[in-house]
Amino acid sequence: MTELEAGRTRTLVPVRGDAGLQRYRDVLIALVAFAVLASLPLFTGSKALLDLVIRCSAYGLFATSLNLLVGYTGLTSFGHGMFFGLGAYSFGLIMQKLGVPIPVAFVATLAITAVVAAIIGAICVRLKEIYFAFVTLAFQMLIHSTILSWASFTGGDQGLRGGIARPRFLGIDLSNHVHLYIASCALLILGLLAMRQIAQSPFGYTLRMIRDNAARASFLGIDVWRAKLTVFVLAALFASMGGMVMALFVSGAYPEFAYWTISGEGIFINMLGGVSTFLGPMVGTVLLLLLNDTVTRFTEYHGIVLGVVILFFALGLRKGLLDFVAEWFAHRRDAGEGR
Amino acid sequence: MDLDALAGCLSSSACLVTQTTSGLIIGMLLFLVAVGLTLIFGVLKIVNFSHGAFYMFGAYFAMTAYQLTGSFALAMFAGAAGTAVLGLIFERVFMSRVYGADVLMQLLVCYAFVLIFDDVVRLIWGPEFKSMGMPAAFQVMPLFIAGGVVPPYYLLLIGVALVAAIVLGIGLSRSRIGKVIRAAAHNPGMVSALGINTGLIYGGVFALGGMLAGLAGALAAPVRSLTPGMGFSVLIESFIVTVIGGMGSIVGALVGALLLGLIRSFGSLGFPLFTEGLMYLFMVIVLVSKPTGLFGKEAA
Repeated sequence: MTELEAGRTRTLVPVRGDAGLQRYRDVLIALVAFAVLASLPLFTGSKALLDLVIRCSAYGLFATSLNLLVGYTGLTSFGHGMFFGLGAYSFGLIMQKLGVPIPVAFVATLAITAVVAAIIGAICVRLKEIYFAFVTLAFQMLIHSTILSWASFTGGDQGLRGGIARPRFLGIDLSNHVHLYIASCALLILGLLAMRQIAQSPFGYTLRMIRDNAARASFLGIDVWRAKLTVFVLAALFASMGGMVMALFVSGAYPEFAYWTISGEGIFINMLGGVSTFLGPMVGTVLLLLLNDTVTRFTEYHGIVLGVVILFFALGLRKGLLDFVAEWFAHRRDAGEGR
Repeated sequence: MDLDALAGCLSSSACLVTQTTSGLIIGMLLFLVAVGLTLIFGVLKIVNFSHGAFYMFGAYFAMTAYQLTGSFALAMFAGAAGTAVLGLIFERVFMSRVYGADVLMQLLVCYAFVLIFDDVVRLIWGPEFKSMGMPAAFQVMPLFIAGGVVPPYYLLLIGVALVAAIVLGIGLSRSRIGKVIRAAAHNPGMVSALGINTGLIYGGVFALGGMLAGLAGALAAPVRSLTPGMGFSVLIESFIVTVIGGMGSIVGALVGALLLGLIRSFGSLGFPLFTEGLMYLFMVIVLVSKPTGLFGKEAA
């Protein structure tokens, strides 16, 4: 690392005294956000808008969890979508084959994801940069091809059909659209809050240190492999949550959920919103979904349009939207302090 | 799982010959794609995630040239030359802007082009499956070797790929240009200081890699069906090849590609549902036991 870069990481030091205060602030923001989202059905009867928010919840959980790897730890995973697909499929299969209550299936799916992610992660996190990216991609394709070929169990290329039963639990009826909407919002907000806590915890700062200089972190007595594996599994859990929201929403699971393009979109969402801020991926999710919906309405060749937009961001701007906002604020603050 | 079928095949020479040749052509096509990937990585230090698109374009160019002229040789030329030009433009205009940038950025630029190229093919040639058809010159009786059926086209395909491998190997190690390329891979700053245009070398290497992938696509066009997105599975497989063989190693690419081809052809007998899974499994085993690949050098 050059001295210039070393100087820039100065801001990484967590201010211990403010930590508790910041946690209260985060919880407060989360409560307000949930109240706003939950009261939305009172003002509008638009099913399309509620659907959009549900899809944003699914993809937002997925994309933000990817940012834990890409932005915070510097692990460029190109196969993170496998856990999205895994979550959707395990949840759907458990509900269809076993008929257990939804919370049980939810917890069981998280457990399955944790085990699978621990095995895959143990192999992958040893690898560096581009090897890590492609080996995670290969695992994603392995899971995708398993889903396609194991047709008797997963439904093959037709996907899980016949719908997922949504029995009532604790007075919540997920087959009711508004109930499903509120449950998705709650999962999103809880997931984001949990990930925020991870990112702001001492463990989160350990991850940033590994990203900036893994060798130095290792010298300081940090077990880099274990920290990377831990965050890999944690991120997988939240991606799996996103997959479950998606499975509930479409009442099924399709091989596309486990296809590599989901991972590609996740990376792009992070790029679009920016990886330097916690909420960047969330902004990116909303932008991408709106963009996708608009483009598919006008042309069937949305790959070209999307590709050009990606090029514009990658070659033209070289950073995401919220990165700009963050820089603008930092600039103003510096100017205000007379620097 | 169908181990009886696999054992039955291994004990019959006819089946052994048929499966081995089909494994060899899969392997040789993979080699041509993978060697371009490994060459580009070795010199430019980037992974061309859109490499599969060159394979796809090679196949489509060859099909169009064949339909227009009816000449098989011209079709091969069109596939190889067209993708070489495409590679040169792609590298000079777009990829040259992200050298030294984050891996994420390089992947994104390539990802954008995977999306764009697939749609361009859909726009020009249509979304449906296409077929070039076997050229008349090769519509002859298949050869019988030890009771196994071997179509003559397979022999041509293996021959062309072998010639390409040998020319490439000797060219890189013996010729002046080869030495300059290897020097540029090692220390581009010094090469540039000696008055050699490294931008030209980078563009040339990318064009060469694109050309090899295009040639593979053109060779595959008569025996495979053409569809937008056909390049992606080839990309994944050729990446597995380079990981198994070791990034940047040409011998590694050849050995890895042949191993993978044989795993595919024999695996489809023994594990018909899990053929792709076998490849990934093999890669994981190699990676865990030797992270740099079979012929890879220790990472600096």
